[in-house]
Amino acid sequence: MKECVGMLLAGGEGKRLGELTHHLAKPAVPFGGKYRIIDFTLSNCTNSGISTLGVLTQYSPLELNKHIGNGKPWDIDKQSGVTVLSPYTAKTGGDWYSGTADAIYQNIHFINQFDPEYVLVISGDHIYQMDYQKMLEQHKETNADATISVIEVPWDDASRFGILNVSDNLRIFEFEEKPKNPQSNLASMGIYIFTWSKLKAYLLEDAQNKVSSHDFGKDLIPAMLDDTQRLFAYRFNGYWKDVGTIQSYWEANMDLLDENLGLISNHKKWRVYTQDSNLPPQYIGRTATVSNSLINSGCFIHGTIENSILFKNVRVEQGSTVRQSIIHPGVRIGENCKLNRVIVMENTVVPEGTTIEIDEFQEPFVINQETLGGMLTPAGGESK
Amino acid sequence: MKKMIGLINLDHEYHVFNELTYFRNSASIPFGGRYRMIDFTLSNMVNSNINEVAIFARNKYRSLLDHLGTGENWDLDRRNGGLFILPPDWNDPSDRSQGDLRFFHNNRDYFHRSQSDYVLISGSQFVSNSDYKDAFKYHLEQEADVTLITTDVKQLLPEHYPYFRVEANQKGQVTEITNDQSNSELFTGVYIINKDLLMKLVDECIAYHKDNFFVCGVKDKLADLKIQRYEHSGYSAFINSIESFYRQNMNLLEEDNYRDLFFGNNLIRTKISSNPPVKYRKGSEVKHSLLANGCVVDGRVEESILFRGVSVHPGATVKNSIIMQRCTIEEGVHLENVILDKDVHVSKGQKIIGSKEKPYVVAKRQVI
Repeated sequence: MKECVGMLLAGGEGKRLGELTHHLAKPAVPFGGKYRIIDFTLSNCTNSGISTLGVLTQYSPLELNKHIGNGKPWDIDKQSGVTVLSPYTAKTGGDWYSGTADAIYQNIHFINQFDPEYVLVISGDHIYQMDYQKMLEQHKETNADATISVIEVPWDDASRFGILNVSDNLRIFEFEEKPKNPQSNLASMGIYIFTWSKLKAYLLEDAQNKVSSHDFGKDLIPAMLDDTQRLFAYRFNGYWKDVGTIQSYWEANMDLLDENLGLISNHKKWRVYTQDSNLPPQYIGRTATVSNSLINSGCFIHGTIENSILFKNVRVEQGSTVRQSIIHPGVRIGENCKLNRVIVMENTVVPEGTTIEIDEFQEPFVINQETLGGMLTPAGGESK
Repeated sequence: MKKMIGLINLDHEYHVFNELTYFRNSASIPFGGRYRMIDFTLSNMVNSNINEVAIFARNKYRSLLDHLGTGENWDLDRRNGGLFILPPDWNDPSDRSQGDLRFFHNNRDYFHRSQSDYVLISGSQFVSNSDYKDAFKYHLEQEADVTLITTDVKQLLPEHYPYFRVEANQKGQVTEITNDQSNSELFTGVYIINKDLLMKLVDECIAYHKDNFFVCGVKDKLADLKIQRYEHSGYSAFINSIESFYRQNMNLLEEDNYRDLFFGNNLIRTKISSNPPVKYRKGSEVKHSLLANGCVVDGRVEESILFRGVSVHPGATVKNSIIMQRCTIEEGVHLENVILDKDVHVSKGQKIIGSKEKPYVVAKRQVI
């Protein structure tokens, strides 16, 4: 028997990430110079000893499945380690996962194998570092049926989140999705711990409900509250960011440059793990200048890099300047280019002399070979 | 398909690395920003479709064992074959073998059990990015007994002194193996030999009380064997001393050499360690250097190689130096022509300057 089984929801499309998720599930989007978004959640599991994990995939799963592989980088390549759970057909038919709760419902038999006491439900869309064991401890201490992790958000932003109204002892009495007049600033982080027997009962009930959207936030949690089950909030104090839009994706990457946030510390006790490509050290040339940036292995730098994040195998030629930008793996930037506030997607070749500078108040611009082709004049001259 | 097995023979390697080999053998000396010497030959073997590799390691192999683990980083954690680390544990009472022949004698099983008929033998001190598939094809085409991999070093350097020189006729058959110091065609220590012949020669060497397999079993048998030469071209380095170690590391700062060695035929693999990308802080000044992941740089780094997890604090200068894993260089430190072994801590304001010819070496875990 396993005490706690993790269920990681990784099927989201991430529509608002535009081109970044055109061929890729949101959790698989490259992040932080070396990682993919899902690595933060997977590593949280590793670092908090959640060793049995189901990863639910649906939208464009190829890259994501390849990335997770047998789970080796996260130490979950063990007997009851990681299982990728995709939608399936069976004797009784089959269907896509129609909501977060439905995805878990369709995999009840997976969870039952381990006969767990608790189930941790998380998603692969967020950047944060959290010890789930501490949350589980609180769940046990309060004898809760469900515990929802919350973070204080600025009052002005509260109406953009799912807000939990709690009593003094953190017991939840109300859940409001994007309230116009929020009564609390405790936002749900989409991290749940359930006592499995309770969750199972509600999942079975919800599955019978024809009008339900089969969503944890919209259906399951309200149903549990209606029945006055014991739901508690778990306060998390730390960095947490949903990288739902291009703007927030860019911001979260830039946040990595702020070491005070400690998002990618290099301590053995808490590391972010990922598939490592075993590439050689980066080559910094005679004409290079690098400041406040993160650069990964296999890069050749001959230009100027400022406040930027460069993934593996990026080449920046002499005379080029890259500022406040995110450069995905394998990108080539020719001589005398100027890039500011852009996100350049994998393997894009930026011809020499290209200038793309985005204003401080505009959303950063995503470039790939196609969009670049449309932007440049045939001579490869300037465009904006 | 005809196949080779690999053998990395660390016996009879040259050990004049002073501080760098106090606690390790030369095969596990860190090299090139994130590798160990053995990674090159090991990766070359694996990249040449060899998936059984044995290592003869006589002493100071703790760090080597730690580095190699199960061999998974080289895809050598296999159902069949894989990695065989063979330290000296010799219990055969009738054994009268000497030198590296003791390894051959006491590990006959490794050769007998394998299905392959050919053995690629190598040391760890020849650094290159080679694909031995072509050499193997040549060996088979020529129906050779032994094929020696050689390279023309063009410019002779002090480290080349102890290596054999090879002369061959127009058909590529080796006519002489000498120590002719004017010949720049060097034997790399890498050769392909037919397995049955290898075992036969091993027996013969032991019977005649010989103590060096290559010298007595191959070189001295030149007249009786069909020995071919196969030339390796492209970047390579022989590393057998502090001076050659320093020089060859620095040579990697030339982009062509770096490209040849690391992006040549195949990737060189090493132990993975999950370090984050390099963090360049505001005001860091880094020029003409190699940096491995996990480094955090505030100060000035010039013409240097930084291994994984090195931190250079504000106002520190690192010049013409090799800084190994997890060293800390505090504020205001000045390092020039220096080699710091792993985990060295250089405290505030210290100044260490070696010469280009004789870099100053600091042993592992020192606090200065």
